[in-house]
Amino acid sequence: MKFLDEYRSVPMAKKLVRQIHQRTSRTWTLMEMCGGQTHAIMKAGLDDLLSPCIRLVHGPGCPVCVTPMHVVDEALDLASRPGLVFASFGDMLRVPGSHGDLRGVKAAGGDVRVVYCPLEAVKMAIQNPSLEVVFFGIGFETTAPATALAVLQARQAGIRNFSLLVSHVLVPPAIETLLADPDCTIQGFLAAGHVCAVMGCTEYVPIADRFKVPIVVTGFEPLDLLQGILMAVTQLEANHAQVEIQYSRVVRQDGNAAARTLMESVFERISANWRGLGEIPASGLGLRAEFSAFDARKKFRLQKFEDFDPVECISGLILRGLRKPVECPCFGASCTPEFPLGATMVSEEGACAAYYRYRTPSTSVPHPLP
Amino acid sequence: MCLAVPGQIESIHGNEPLTRMARVNFGGVVRDASLAFIPEAKPGDFIIVHVGCALSVIDQAEAQKIFQWIHEMQDGASKGRPSNEIPG
Repeated sequence: MKFLDEYRSVPMAKKLVRQIHQRTSRTWTLMEMCGGQTHAIMKAGLDDLLSPCIRLVHGPGCPVCVTPMHVVDEALDLASRPGLVFASFGDMLRVPGSHGDLRGVKAAGGDVRVVYCPLEAVKMAIQNPSLEVVFFGIGFETTAPATALAVLQARQAGIRNFSLLVSHVLVPPAIETLLADPDCTIQGFLAAGHVCAVMGCTEYVPIADRFKVPIVVTGFEPLDLLQGILMAVTQLEANHAQVEIQYSRVVRQDGNAAARTLMESVFERISANWRGLGEIPASGLGLRAEFSAFDARKKFRLQKFEDFDPVECISGLILRGLRKPVECPCFGASCTPEFPLGATMVSEEGACAAYYRYRTPSTSVPHPLP
Repeated sequence: MCLAVPGQIESIHGNEPLTRMARVNFGGVVRDASLAFIPEAKPGDFIIVHVGCALSVIDQAEAQKIFQWIHEMQDGASKGRPSNEIPG
């Protein structure tokens, strides 16, 4: 496919890997923010190819992984109600709440429907006026504009049987939280390209300045990731800490103003609880007061659920870059993609699932390069 | 989750900003995508689509820079020293 295949060239990747090794005078620890980047790194074996010059740790950029348990419990409550269609991205169906998952609710007769696009849920509401349709709005700044568009289309269509369970979160406050942790070992970031396609790069400049870390807005294919790493390493070796754009074919400095305007017209910043990171001020999105009729929590008078994580699961440490999945005693034993303990094993983009798929002991083969 | 896929606009339908749609060809698979966030898009443009909504028009000149840069890159730079400038 054009704009994908050419960024997977093995000879060019080898050249970039050699260049990273040549330019590196010590081991640098970089975090890739996005779960899609983690998946691509593991699939291509970039972490092995770059060892020991680069130590890659995997950030909390998988929305499925950071959605707290109380939100999953709210989803289970809604999806169990008769006369209600619960529309969700497929990723969320296997995430365990305190008493099961959406897949189980569907098996027990709940009307849980997988959608690819939030606008499909609006269509469902229009086509089924006797049913209540609730869309599960999760994701980062990349996805929030699409949820906002669904709300605006529903309001324009004048429908009253559509609402949202919102759990959108924002990347920069999470990066600040990670960097403010005294145990943090991260020296540079690969920021998530598609988040910045919407938001632009200005929010990252004060973070790079304050914490003295290079932040490179990076794409998702092997050549993108290797070039992003090379740009970060070049800065680190020169003692620079700036925001740069590697993914310039998609990301503009000021992002996408139309998407941001729509998003900000529907949502306001609120405090949010992240699985693994805890409560972070102004790191989530909530519906503005004028859109409260679309708030499923109010409409269906949802009770408050508590957050807790299985004590044996170390996904919190993994999401903060403090541990690798293979350092967890449960990894591949009591925790597998089929029977996950924590969300980092549930989502295909979660770090544990990526390691399980590409880096179980039997598949972990040292690469011959450079 | 933030997966977004490149595709080429075949045709555009509707004029209303919130509901303007495109038929987009993703390597042979044709799907609809909202153009609410990129009103400037036109048929023939390559765009990036996430959960059914186009986020960005691909800048084709920028897309080629990485290949030129890798082509010109010299192996054998000394430790910690760049062998050529990285495009911004």
